[in-house]
Parts: sequence; C-alpha cells; structure tokens
Amino acid sequence: MAKKTPEINSSSTADIAFLLLCYFLMTTTMGDQSGLQRRLPPIPDTKTAQDQKVNRRNIVIVRINSADKLFAGNEAMDIIYLKDKMKEFLANPANDPNLPEKEEKEIEGKTYQVSKGVISLQNDRGTSYQAYIAVQNELVKAVNELRDEFSMREFGRRFSLLSEDQQEIVKKAVPQNISEAEPKDTGKK
Amino acid sequence: MSKFGGSRNNKSVPGISSGSLSDIVFMLLFFFMVTTQMRETENKVIVKLPEASEAAKLERKDLSANINIGSPTRQYQAMYGTDARIQLNDSFKTIDDIRDFIASERDAMSEADRSLMTVNLRVDEDVRMGIVSDVKQELRRCSALKIMYASRKAGGDK
Repeated sequence: MAKKTPEINSSSTADIAFLLLCYFLMTTTMGDQSGLQRRLPPIPDTKTAQDQKVNRRNIVIVRINSADKLFAGNEAMDIIYLKDKMKEFLANPANDPNLPEKEEKEIEGKTYQVSKGVISLQNDRGTSYQAYIAVQNELVKAVNELRDEFSMREFGRRFSLLSEDQQEIVKKAVPQNISEAEPKDTGKK
Repeated sequence: MSKFGGSRNNKSVPGISSGSLSDIVFMLLFFFMVTTQMRETENKVIVKLPEASEAAKLERKDLSANINIGSPTRQYQAMYGTDARIQLNDSFKTIDDIRDFIASERDAMSEADRSLMTVNLRVDEDVRMGIVSDVKQELRRCSALKIMYASRKAGGDK
C-alpha cells in the first residue's frame, strides 16, 4: 500500500496536440464572408406585368457602360462625386421640385419624412465586375451616411451604436432603394 | 562570490519543464478551431474578390450557398479555356445547373431556414457583368432573392 502509482508520462500530449493543430491548419480556412447584401426583385407575373408608375423626379438612373464609364442622371460623372450626388438626391434638403418627393410615414408612433427616391442601377454586359461593385459600394455608402446623419439627429448616436429596434426605425425612415435593372443587351461582347 | 561559485560545481541547471507545453498548444488548437471553418470545396476558378469599404459580415454562414465565378485555375485551363466559368460545389457548371443547385441547397436546410438562404456570389473582379447578370436572372427565376456580392473589406480609405 505504501507504493505510489507511477505517473502517466504526459510529454507526448504536446505532440498529439501539435498533430491536431496541424490537421486543423490544413483543412480549414479563415472565414472572411463579407460583402454587400442585396435583395433581387422577384420575377414579375406575366399577366399582371404592370410597370410600377414611378414619378420621373423620384428616380435617378445610374448607368455603367461597357467601358466602365459612369453616368448618373444624364451626365457623365466620376465615381468620387457619385456618393454626394446620391446623398443630395435621396435627402433633397432644399425640397427641390426636381428631386424626389417625400412622404409622411408613421414609424413607431412618430412621423418622419421618408424620401421616395429610387436609384436605378443599370449595367452593360461588358461592364467589369470591379467597376460594378465600386459603384454599388458608393451607393451603399451614400445610404449609410444618410442613416448615420439621421440617427445622430434623432437619437444622438451613430447608426451602428443604436439598439436593434432603433436601427429598424432608421432603416424604415431611410430606406435603401437601389434597384438593379434587368440587363440590357447592348454592346454584345 | 562563494555563493555562486559553489552552487555551479555540484548542481546541474534544472531542465525546463515541458508540462505546460501541451496546454499552450491546446490553446492554439482551440483558437484555430473557433476562428476557422472547414474548407468544403476546392477552388477550381480563380476568385480575387473586389474591394468594398461598406462590406458587411454575413450573419448566418451556414445558410449561404456559394457560387464562384472566375476564370479556371491553370490546371484546368487546357480543358476549359480562360473564359469566366461558374463553379458550383466541386465542378464547373453552366447557368442551367443553377436551378438544381439552389434546389439541393434548399433541401439541405431546415424548413424554417429556407427563406433566409443567402446566395453568396463570389465573383472575380475581372469578370464581365454579362455572366453575372445571367446568374442573377436565373436566381430570380428560382426565387432565391437574397444575394450577397462577396467582397473584401477595403483597408481604411475614407
């Protein structure tokens, strides 16, 4: 009874753990699943295919042609000016009759002026994906900045710091109305 | 003087205990197990994602279906050329196969999650929009409307 039980040699557990570690290093990848999320419009029913009547002042067409040149409205534009232009379009601070109308909407017991503006993004089959994403990014950035400004005004904090309910309110008050038009078959490759 | 001199003569330096080594390695192991995910498919197309500063993280990774579009990697170029191709799961596919792919991805999910499925479009930045538009049209036809343009987060440009 005086005999001690011999200790189990634990020096090899490190080796075992190293093997496992190597296995996981080889078979897994770092997750970097980020991107721009979008909702595609559903296919319209052929019978009830009624083009939604959108007032001309409520829509701006952003077009990227096959040479990756950008047109907003009807003028050629450099991409660095796009964000400010879109912010002006969506916010319409001076209530310009040529810019989108606003609609009184009640969200959670408060009425807000919600812009009815829609950005329609058109591309060509020859447009490069990089240019397309760059433009998408600018549009999202414009909306995000408007949301930030709105949250600062209403809640005194930035959009990302708001609670989930408040974020929902902001999302409704500053909608992300970016429509991706059906591709046009121009400039076949 | 004598204190240091004396101890050197009759005692050897104690060995470094390696008992905690395994703990350290296990900690590393857990770190990698938590932060990484299994690589399900081998990339057969080259995908260099475009940069976007506004990229948001996908919340439910398990609810996404990946569609890779890009030019085939070198070992497949002899067979498939260098034009942009679509890769679903583990093989090159055409636009017409997307319908089946989406259906099978849907089937693999539970009933409640199906409406939350996001199609993750991993498209190389040099690809032309033509093929992407075709894919988008096909996705609309399959009513898989939630999509995400996968992109890298750009580093700190304002």
